[in-house]
Amino acid sequence: MSNKFRIYILLGLGLLLLSLVAGIFIGSVYIEPLSAVKMLLSKIPYLKESISVTWEGNIEDILMKVRIPRVLLALIVGASLSVSGAVFQSLLRNPLADPYLLGVSSGAALGAAIVILTSLPFFFFGVPIVPLSAFAGALLSMFLVYGLAKTKGKLPMHTLLLSGVIINFSFSAVIMLLITLSNKGLSEVIVWMMGTLNNTNYELLPYVAPVALVLMAVIYMFSNDLNVIAVGEESAVYLGVKTENVKKWLFILNSLLTALAVSVSGLIGFVGLIIPHIARMIVGPDHRILIPFSAICGGIFLVLSDTLCRSIISPAEIPTGVVTAILGGPFFLYLLKRKK
Amino acid sequence: MKILEAKDISFGYDKKEVLKNINLSVEEADFLGIIGPNGSGKTTLLKMLCRGLKPGQGKVLFKGEDIFRLDTRFVAKNIAMVPQDENIIFPFTVFEIVMMGRSPYINRFSWEKKEDVNIVHSAMKLADVLRLRDRNIDELSSGERQRVFIARALAQMPKVLLLDEPTSHLDINHQRDVLELIKKLNENVKITVIMISHDINLASKYCKRLVLLKTGKIFTEGSPKKVITKKVIKDVYGVKVELVKGNVLL
Repeated sequence: MSNKFRIYILLGLGLLLLSLVAGIFIGSVYIEPLSAVKMLLSKIPYLKESISVTWEGNIEDILMKVRIPRVLLALIVGASLSVSGAVFQSLLRNPLADPYLLGVSSGAALGAAIVILTSLPFFFFGVPIVPLSAFAGALLSMFLVYGLAKTKGKLPMHTLLLSGVIINFSFSAVIMLLITLSNKGLSEVIVWMMGTLNNTNYELLPYVAPVALVLMAVIYMFSNDLNVIAVGEESAVYLGVKTENVKKWLFILNSLLTALAVSVSGLIGFVGLIIPHIARMIVGPDHRILIPFSAICGGIFLVLSDTLCRSIISPAEIPTGVVTAILGGPFFLYLLKRKK
Repeated sequence: MKILEAKDISFGYDKKEVLKNINLSVEEADFLGIIGPNGSGKTTLLKMLCRGLKPGQGKVLFKGEDIFRLDTRFVAKNIAMVPQDENIIFPFTVFEIVMMGRSPYINRFSWEKKEDVNIVHSAMKLADVLRLRDRNIDELSSGERQRVFIARALAQMPKVLLLDEPTSHLDINHQRDVLELIKKLNENVKITVIMISHDINLASKYCKRLVLLKTGKIFTEGSPKKVITKKVIKDVYGVKVELVKGNVLL
């Protein structure tokens, strides 16, 4: 069991590394691999002195301030959405569940739309407002959904699902209303709702990445409980799982993880729905493997998709969410057919 | 010694009262059958004996202690439940499902040990699902699934085994096997068994004691001989029957 675990995880990590390298080097500006390695080495103290600068300053800026942060952000967002999707699918025992089903996404979209569509400033003392507002919106919808779903101290999954769907509908309606009433920012809002890693605030990466990693680690500690709950909530009680506790915690942790990813990248679709299925087809439904493997697959998938979306019609870009959907759908169908 | 007791428990869904003031005490190594017509509260009662439902009133005691005050994992190590069919969506293998019976013993941060694998193997062997080991649970027939759940319950190594119509989906051959297995565990390992059955014949043959429920109340209890009479069947089920002594089917 743990052998299988090691093989798949190592293989995945290898592929992930390759896709990160691809993501860093492919783009509208060519970066010579050798100089790139030197640039990276020159960031390390002590080594700095022995490396002579043979490249232009703007190339270094592209590498260090755009390419690398963007690729890492794609990795974090892809991993977060995939883990979140896998957990929601098991928790709700619904293969169609994805991170956006339980309201977090529409809350975030509303938060982002309010800033984009009104004359609020995009920066406030250097702090980017759109992601902050999106995150606040996501939290608001999380509390609303939780409050609506809670009955007699319990969190019935079908009520949770309905609450999420209803919050999604209501918030989308408010967004549409805002769009109708506003005369600016329409295309920005649409691009945000499609999801893009372009123009994202890369300076948020040092905050988002560690928090997302910690959230994923905490979620991973529930793997055994999730296995039992995925089989049946009733059985889980008989097997000693504190189901109500586990459900509440996972809903909150998972929503936070989604909120974090969405606030920096918009609503990139498909990753959170399809990657968990692909991962499950490869390693099976045991969450002790499924969660880390989904994270790795999600990272690979979004890094590669994002690389494509900024190089197909370079120097212009397609929203990342469009590419994930166009790539993800057929790829998933292929896997589904092949399995049968 | 009393291992499991229900003290004056009542339960209702919203307005409808399902169980009224049930008192039940089960001795160690007892083999108790719960019988009664549809909607008489059998499953509700069984669920309350293993923390699956919280009684609206009254208490359930395991060795004298309120099971809702005991640690959930401790309860799961001592009381196992075989529910009626469960709809499983994700393609867990039979081995993985039975291994979940070990989850009250496995720490949050560790994987199953050799010992757990051995226990799971013997549980699968006993329930005759060893050859299904690597099959996906969603590809099995409901009878095979039922035996997988029995194996999972055995892997919990419980002191008390609760079964909700364990033979409802089984063919006649497996009905006998499963009931003989339960009987053997009861006699040899002294596992206490509480079993719901719709089959009065089977219940009378295997159970040492029967509890007959009618509309949420205990109508009568005692040895099968005492409980199953022409008059009782008429009063509870509204059916006239002839009682024939002999080897019923199995």
